[in-house]
Amino acid sequence: MILKWFRKSKKDYPNFWMDYISHFKNVEKSLIENTRFVAFDTETTGFDKKNDRILSIGAVTFVGKSIHVNNSLELYLEQEVFNPETVKIHGLMKKGSLQKVTELEAIKIFLAYIKNAVLIAHHANFDKNMINEMLLRHGLGKLKNKFIDTGYLFNQSKHVIYRENLKDHYSLDDLCKELNVPKVDRHTANGDALITAIVFLKILSRLDKRKKLQWDYLLS
Amino acid sequence: MKNSIAERIADFLQGYPPFNMLSHRALLQIATEVTITYLEKGDTIFKKDDIEHDNFYIVRDGAINLYYSSDDVKEITNIHDIGDVFGLRPLITKEPYKLTATANEESIVYGIPITVFQSVTDYNTQIHKYLITAFASNAFDPYTAEEAGEIFGDYLPNKSQDMANFQTANYTRSPITCSMESSLKKAAKKMSDHKIGCIVVVDDTKKPVGIITNSDIKNKIATGLFPIETPVTNIMSSPVMTSKKGLTIADGQLQMIKHSIGHLCITKDGTVNSKLIGVLTHHDVLVTLGNSPTVILKEINRAKRTKKLRAARLKGNSLLKSYIEQNIPLSHIINIISQINDAVIIRAVELALKKMPTEPPVAFSWLALGSQGRKEQLLFTDQDNALVFEDVPENRYAETQAYFLELAKLVTTSLNKIGFEYCEADMMANNPEWCKSLTEWKTQFKNWILKPDEKAVLLSSIFFDYNLVYGNESLVNDLTDTIFTTLEKTNLFYKFLGREAIKSPSPLGFFKQFLVEQNGDKKELFNIKSRALMTLIDAARLLILSKQIKGVNNTYKRFEKLAELEPNNKELYESCSYAFKALSKFKTKQGLLRNNSGKFIDLKTLTKEEKLKLRRCFKPIHEIQEILKIRFDLKNFA
Repeated sequence: MILKWFRKSKKDYPNFWMDYISHFKNVEKSLIENTRFVAFDTETTGFDKKNDRILSIGAVTFVGKSIHVNNSLELYLEQEVFNPETVKIHGLMKKGSLQKVTELEAIKIFLAYIKNAVLIAHHANFDKNMINEMLLRHGLGKLKNKFIDTGYLFNQSKHVIYRENLKDHYSLDDLCKELNVPKVDRHTANGDALITAIVFLKILSRLDKRKKLQWDYLLS
Repeated sequence: MKNSIAERIADFLQGYPPFNMLSHRALLQIATEVTITYLEKGDTIFKKDDIEHDNFYIVRDGAINLYYSSDDVKEITNIHDIGDVFGLRPLITKEPYKLTATANEESIVYGIPITVFQSVTDYNTQIHKYLITAFASNAFDPYTAEEAGEIFGDYLPNKSQDMANFQTANYTRSPITCSMESSLKKAAKKMSDHKIGCIVVVDDTKKPVGIITNSDIKNKIATGLFPIETPVTNIMSSPVMTSKKGLTIADGQLQMIKHSIGHLCITKDGTVNSKLIGVLTHHDVLVTLGNSPTVILKEINRAKRTKKLRAARLKGNSLLKSYIEQNIPLSHIINIISQINDAVIIRAVELALKKMPTEPPVAFSWLALGSQGRKEQLLFTDQDNALVFEDVPENRYAETQAYFLELAKLVTTSLNKIGFEYCEADMMANNPEWCKSLTEWKTQFKNWILKPDEKAVLLSSIFFDYNLVYGNESLVNDLTDTIFTTLEKTNLFYKFLGREAIKSPSPLGFFKQFLVEQNGDKKELFNIKSRALMTLIDAARLLILSKQIKGVNNTYKRFEKLAELEPNNKELYESCSYAFKALSKFKTKQGLLRNNSGKFIDLKTLTKEEKLKLRRCFKPIHEIQEILKIRFDLKNFA
């Protein structure tokens, strides 16, 4: 156990990782309206975290209720793993005309982008696992950020009289339909990230009305 | 780097002026710098006297109200819908805002950074002219321009104190016409199909040659002067009076008075020698100026778009305000406003039906629930509604329900746009739970009555006050009959309802002080609905159900009916009826003052006399609770 602890001393981590980690020192709890949120989404070759790879990462940032378009992130990754099955969903081909970056480069950009923001994703566990697995491949630690899952949050936002017949699984499309979010650019990573952000804000306003808005409640 | 969001924003902007005059590259440059803001209903974008923002705005979703506000008045000057630009002042002058912009409903707006916009469009004088016109007219709608280019007509409204008079006249676009060859019978048929009072006769090139009105038909046909098959040219008044578009209400009215006519034809160049584009009727003038219930109702019945319905319903609100100020009896106000509300819903359903690809597969009824069902809704509140459809064979159930769910979605969306907020608990017809066949509904009600539990009681306070607004009457009667037969079988349900009615906390504390909210943002405010009105509503419902009285939904009418049926409790029931009306009036006044539902009352704003009056209203509440306790034997039940 002790050996494992020392196996990788702090010095072995690259600078960009240390920079990322440094954002989590001495963080004070802030009010929800002052908190920096990053909604993100990944497009992958499949659902297996060991064997599948991330093809693109999209993310948008917001504090309060405004999202700046020029502060969004859209990364396309070079990958050797390829699965023709999922191409029809995201439209990303192995050799497309898009400008792509290496996995390591993508990690650097993504970590520098998210910093210590609270991360939001739909069915967040999947995206979290995919990213953590990618970090592991490059000898890095797990993400330190707090996570919010819009799928879980949506369940919580339903009125109590409907709780008993909720579905276990709400897709992002289900949520768009229920919450009247226009489905523009579904299945591009940053389009989905924007939709996730708006879905989150809408659920938040529902919850806010019922005076339930507290941190413990949001963080699944 | 690729930015998919910016690309989609550019695609959106491209559809609306002035952005449609820019190249895709320029749009992309702008779109990359856009700020997307999500707004809840009532959220403010900028307030009067705020220093100017770095952005102007375009509505992406929802609608934004612009208010002119001073200390005590709050007047909506315009409502901007999808694709409309607003907050243009910083583009023109560096002064604080003069108006306040808030979200009329849940909305998304794009903030367009002015520096970027100006650097991209610097040399495009067309765009600048457009924006200045839009800014100055302050009442512009991109759809007003049927053809691109026309929007640059050098129209600037007169600056006048009397805004209504100098508003551009809102004429009927694409009016109903008939050709010179058609028979009067055919023309009259067209008029009655479209529920209109006049039809314009046009030649082959769509120039107006004459006009036929209801009174022409009355005077020339009904009197036997001409046969009904006579050509329209024999009957029509000719030539017609014409005008250019963009004329003001005052101009329109003046011309009508001058020529003693009721209709002005709007043509492309303003003479009889060009294409007809619209008709301005005396009625249109009155609609803009007037505020009478009949005018509002007519306007509702003729509305072709949700936007028009919203405008009409808003007029209903100012009508309500003036009624309350004039101290007109509340029972009368309730009647008129609920008639207006019903008309709005009916029209919304009609418009939704037109949007559906097919006719309804079977008969259906649209029910209003809760306060709307009791016809007690004065201010905009939540919409509660449900849908019943005729029974269908099991194999067709899913598709039938799907049809009505889609219809209901259209209706609830447009009601929301009009101002009726979505029901927080989702008690709306677009929820599969509340959009069912007659048999399913009967089962549902039987369950609630025979196996009452907390949830059933919670829902019954909404669902037992239903009222048919649109559609088939016999479906509803059938449902009502079933409910009353089921009620005969049990007493337990009454006990549950009774417990609910006596459980509401008393409005006054031990020392006769008002009990106010203890925490939250309503702290120190008095909740007039939960502490006073609900008890009266619940008690009236329970008593009227137990007497098996159908079709009396109003709480105050229910008490009047009860006074009739039980002479020995006449006095109490009458004072309950009075208390209900007085409390509703309090609530409405507060709501108008604060532009909300009026549920929470700030006691500091009440005069001593008003407080006394409120206290007087509480007395019968206590007494009616005592009666319920005895009658339904609730002492040991609670």
